Amino acid sequence: MNQRIPVTELASDFKGRAREALADSQLRSNFRTAMDSLMRKRADAFSDEDEREGLRELGNHIRARSLSNLPDLLEQLETKLTANGIKVHWAETVEEANEIVHGLIEAHDGRQVVKGKSMVSEEMEMNDYLADRDIECLESDMGEYIVQLDNEKPSHIIMPAIHKNARQVSALFNEKLGEHVSEDVDELIQTGRRILRRKFLEADVGVSGVNFAIAETGTLLLVENEGNGRMSTTSPPVHIAVTGIEKVVSNLRDVVPLVSLLTRSALGQPITTYVNLISGPRKPDELDGPEEVHLVLLDNGRTGAFADAQMRQTLNCIRCGACMNHCPVYTRVGGHTYGEVYPGPIGKIVTPHMVGLDKVPDHPSASSLCGACGEVCPVKIPIPELLQRLRQENVQAPDHEPAAVRGAGSKYSRKERMMWRAWVMLNTRPAFYKLFLWAATRFRALAPKKAGPWTENHSAPVPAARSLHDLARDHLKNSPIRGEKS
Amino acid sequence: MSELFYDAAPNATRVAPARETERRYPDKPAEVSLFGTCVVDLFFPEAGLDAIRLLEQQGIRVHFPQQQSCCGQPAWTSGYREEARAVALAQLDLLDDGRPVVVPSGSCAGMFRHHYLELFAEEPENLRRAEDLAGRTFELTEFLLKVCKVQLVDRGEKHKIALHTSCTARREMNTHLHARELLAQLDNVERIDHDHESECCGFGGTFSVRMPDISGAMVLDKTTALRQSGAAEAISADCGCLMNINGALEKQQQAFRGRHLASFLWERCGGEQ
Amino acid sequence: MSARNNILTKLRTSLAGTTPRPDEFDESLVTGPWRYPPEQRIARLRELMEAVHTEVHQTTEGDWPELVAELLVKREITNLLYAPATPHGKQLARAWKDEADRPALRVYDRPIEEWKAQLFNEVQASVTGTIGGIAATGSLVLWPDRHEPRLMSLAPPVHIALLKASGIHDNWYDMMTDQNWAAGLPTNALLVSGPSKTADIEQVLAYGAHGPKELIVLILEDV
Repeated sequence: MNQRIPVTELASDFKGRAREALADSQLRSNFRTAMDSLMRKRADAFSDEDEREGLRELGNHIRARSLSNLPDLLEQLETKLTANGIKVHWAETVEEANEIVHGLIEAHDGRQVVKGKSMVSEEMEMNDYLADRDIECLESDMGEYIVQLDNEKPSHIIMPAIHKNARQVSALFNEKLGEHVSEDVDELIQTGRRILRRKFLEADVGVSGVNFAIAETGTLLLVENEGNGRMSTTSPPVHIAVTGIEKVVSNLRDVVPLVSLLTRSALGQPITTYVNLISGPRKPDELDGPEEVHLVLLDNGRTGAFADAQMRQTLNCIRCGACMNHCPVYTRVGGHTYGEVYPGPIGKIVTPHMVGLDKVPDHPSASSLCGACGEVCPVKIPIPELLQRLRQENVQAPDHEPAAVRGAGSKYSRKERMMWRAWVMLNTRPAFYKLFLWAATRFRALAPKKAGPWTENHSAPVPAARSLHDLARDHLKNSPIRGEKS
Repeated sequence: MSELFYDAAPNATRVAPARETERRYPDKPAEVSLFGTCVVDLFFPEAGLDAIRLLEQQGIRVHFPQQQSCCGQPAWTSGYREEARAVALAQLDLLDDGRPVVVPSGSCAGMFRHHYLELFAEEPENLRRAEDLAGRTFELTEFLLKVCKVQLVDRGEKHKIALHTSCTARREMNTHLHARELLAQLDNVERIDHDHESECCGFGGTFSVRMPDISGAMVLDKTTALRQSGAAEAISADCGCLMNINGALEKQQQAFRGRHLASFLWERCGGEQ
Repeated sequence: MSARNNILTKLRTSLAGTTPRPDEFDESLVTGPWRYPPEQRIARLRELMEAVHTEVHQTTEGDWPELVAELLVKREITNLLYAPATPHGKQLARAWKDEADRPALRVYDRPIEEWKAQLFNEVQASVTGTIGGIAATGSLVLWPDRHEPRLMSLAPPVHIALLKASGIHDNWYDMMTDQNWAAGLPTNALLVSGPSKTADIEQVLAYGAHGPKELIVLILEDV
């Protein structure tokens, strides 16, 4: 488990990785097929438009209400959880969070950790951190297990191994586990079950994420289909949940619409197989469940996003993945191209606050702003608007104050700004603009045959012989219904 | 949902704006201004002219303010807010006469309808003017269908077309059904669905030159879907998409092309009605 | 405590001068579309649960133990985990008495640490009660306790759940408000809506990922 040599060496920048992904026809067909199916399932699950839109408004309202009261809610959550016997820890950085988790495992002489699916633990790179300290941290979600076995990262937040097909998984099991398994999905899953059952039996500590933390009752809610989440939070003697500070909601009833939005948006399911509400460790008269339950609340840039009222909306996210399922860019390049924990549209708007915009300079531009993400977001995050905002932050002069996002100005270019200033001149002075139209139409034969990246995919654009300014003037002059401004 | 609540603080937590209710349309006006858009101006002027003809056919006097240039969208979507604002202000000044503005492009109409409000959010007087402009801006198909309530008479032969709707028309302007309805009025025209019809063509303004690999993959899929639909040609009400789609088809050396809806309608329904 | 203070201070600074948004929870959005005439509740629950490979039987308060025996014998299951102190456990035990060829009854009577391997590897099936069901989503609601601990419905490959027809609610919201869940939840409350499953490989559904491969629901209908 200690070797973490990536199997495939990926290009170091977004555009390079995108080019590699686009050239991989297997990868592209895996994603296209999967995303098409997920889109269909979501559409079927929300067949009543009024019902869907009403629920999305309620989802947005609940998240906004929670965020508008976040510090008090976090304190209320802490008080309630503590009263319920769950210990709460706070971490500003992933390093702090890892130290807390490691400290808790050490305190129990833990050597084997089994983990349910948790994107926050991916932010922490917890597996690697613990592996470096001789603690095995094994993923138990089937998709995460497959990805971990191949020393990869998840390529989708809900379906981590969606980039692989059954043949590839079978080859992986044969190679890494020495198991001779066919490409039959049932057989592959039963092999995983057998191996992971043993791990659940042996594990000293279970780690999980949290979908919603309920302040009113001091409850951690987890949704899942496999049962690995229940296993991880029930079977080992210690349960450590890790989550972002934004995941708290006020009331128990708030989770009714949120769970419905989450499972229907993510997988088109009316509900997941299990909804698991944890409100405390094992009580003295109970016979199972962990003796200790801990919650680690992680900041990791979230307070930075929170500081800006517009970017604060990124914290509405309930991690359903619908935005990536509907994204024409994600569908074509897959999750690994983004090079970060959260791929797709949501990744583009939450990652800058976690790692700095300068580390993901191409992310805001990698969108045609088609709006499909914002249209399906169950909590109505205006994703295109936020991408647009990040583009603004990205071209600010680096010394621009105050920087709303860490690493802002990473795409600042004097030359490009000059170009846009010239464009302003052209478009604000009608005489210039008309001169430009005249020259472009008059000398259209001289239009260059190559126009930078445009001509990689298109023929060179040739201006028309006469502009609309010209044609309209002439037409309106002779029109039976004449315009006086012409 | 939030009428009871008003927290004016700029750092207040935001809720999503209320769902757009069905837009209320005015009676057919006597005069309109046409905002041609820069792409139409230089690359698809016939489409602009056909839009004028269609409006005149409805008995409307069309003005084409000769001082117009670009709506500012390229700078806006590229993150150059100040530059976009400067160009937007020029158009705002120009179109300040209270006349309805018709735009033969969903995305440029979307700038007037939505993004000018963001650009001038901090300037009360300009914001008021931007709100006024937004209220009287109409995308061409929307204007023909909802304001003019056109009844088109098809004079053309039997014909099959595929319709590509721009993402702005679909998701920002809520006008995606208007072109469909107009086309449905044409007796001899059959509109054929194409694969992944609601998906973006990959243009996205500067996206197409900043991310040419991804944009190229998207437009290849779109052009392939359009070609394989069985339609004789593609129709769209947005010249940004058309520039992308036609430029790619030409590069691929395909004969299939896209055409602006205004030109298509004028060809089939032009003249006296 | 510094991380805690830093986080809370940053959040409070960012909200300075603002007021929390009021609670405008519109319950009709989560109840209105999900109400059923009483006679349709069972059908709705069945339809959803069967769609995800749950085996559902409608039986009576008196007959269910015989049905359990039948289902187990058909599957050649040789042992069954049950809770002897519960009313349904007592009823099951009575039905098993004097029937030598029925699966052996096993009891969850020790802390898990004392028999985890046996529970994981030997127990073939379990039967538990539920505190109700939800028609809207096709869900069972379980509040595990000392008699029927959490792993009882998770570790064995076959889980048989008893659901009283009268305990089926229209939707989750109604159920949690009717029963006033907000006043206090058990250490673990569960909604179970089918056997364990995964679609992580090529989106192909496979059942029995980590939990039960089979979920059998016996709906007890009594007048």
